[in-house]
Amino acid sequence: MTCREFADFMMDYLSGELPEESRAPFERHLSRCANCHEYLAQYKHTIEAGRLAFTNPEEEVPADVPEDLVKAVLAARK
Amino acid sequence: MQASAGPPVASLDDGALVARLRAGDEEAFELVVRTYSGRLLAVTRRILGSDEDARDAVQDAFLSAFRSLERFEGGSLLSTWLHRIAVNAALMKLRTRRRKPEDPIEPLLPVYQENGHHQETFSSWNEPVDVAMSRAENRARVRACIEQLPESYRTILLLRDIEELDTDEAARALGISPNAVKIRLHRARQALRGLLAPHFRSAQP
Ligand SMILES: [Zn+2]
Repeated sequence: MTCREFADFMMDYLSGELPEESRAPFERHLSRCANCHEYLAQYKHTIEAGRLAFTNPEEEVPADVPEDLVKAVLAARK
Repeated sequence: MQASAGPPVASLDDGALVARLRAGDEEAFELVVRTYSGRLLAVTRRILGSDEDARDAVQDAFLSAFRSLERFEGGSLLSTWLHRIAVNAALMKLRTRRRKPEDPIEPLLPVYQENGHHQETFSSWNEPVDVAMSRAENRARVRACIEQLPESYRTILLLRDIEELDTDEAARALGISPNAVKIRLHRARQALRGLLAPHFRSAQP
């Protein structure tokens, strides 16, 4: 298995969807290729970082209530 | 109107507040819109990019929520319910608006040598991701990097990894095949890794 093929299989490997016949070659490459080992680790960190980036919703919310939007919504309801 | 009788709306729990909405209490509508518009705007802006579209989507979301108040289930959170409706409104807008040409994702993906090996040697990141992400500065940085992804990839990443829709739900929401969702998600994550790496890898040897 090449590093390119390894990268293609990472998502299915992590979700447990990689077919049996590809799993052994994937894990063999993982144990022998330090670069792909690191790449897979960073791929996992990236997913985790994305999830954690939105865990404090107040960080994205404007401090002021968007007054014109509030008025528009209340007017549109009638 | 007699609907304004009873305890002040600001002190009500979600179930009681929704009961007031169902009764057509103006004060309750204003409180809900005022409380949640900022939060929902952040959600729709995340998906849509454009500020104007994000506002339209928030308006659509509130109107659709107010039309379907009978579907709000007691015991659930109003914030969660509105969040979901806002995501759907943003997706609806995304499907109907004219697609802007987007930058290709390839420049953000890893480069391989002819023998299939990585061109780049990846140097490890300098601290555990949960430690790094406990700082607001890094959370903002990651959100900014996600914003840099081409739209069709950013949307899939948000729906799958952040909003936690499954592959089929995301496929239905976007009108594309489940396989296309999987391919784009995998590319989006790899592209995001490439954008994050310069920020997260050990600066000094
Ligand atoms: Zn490799």
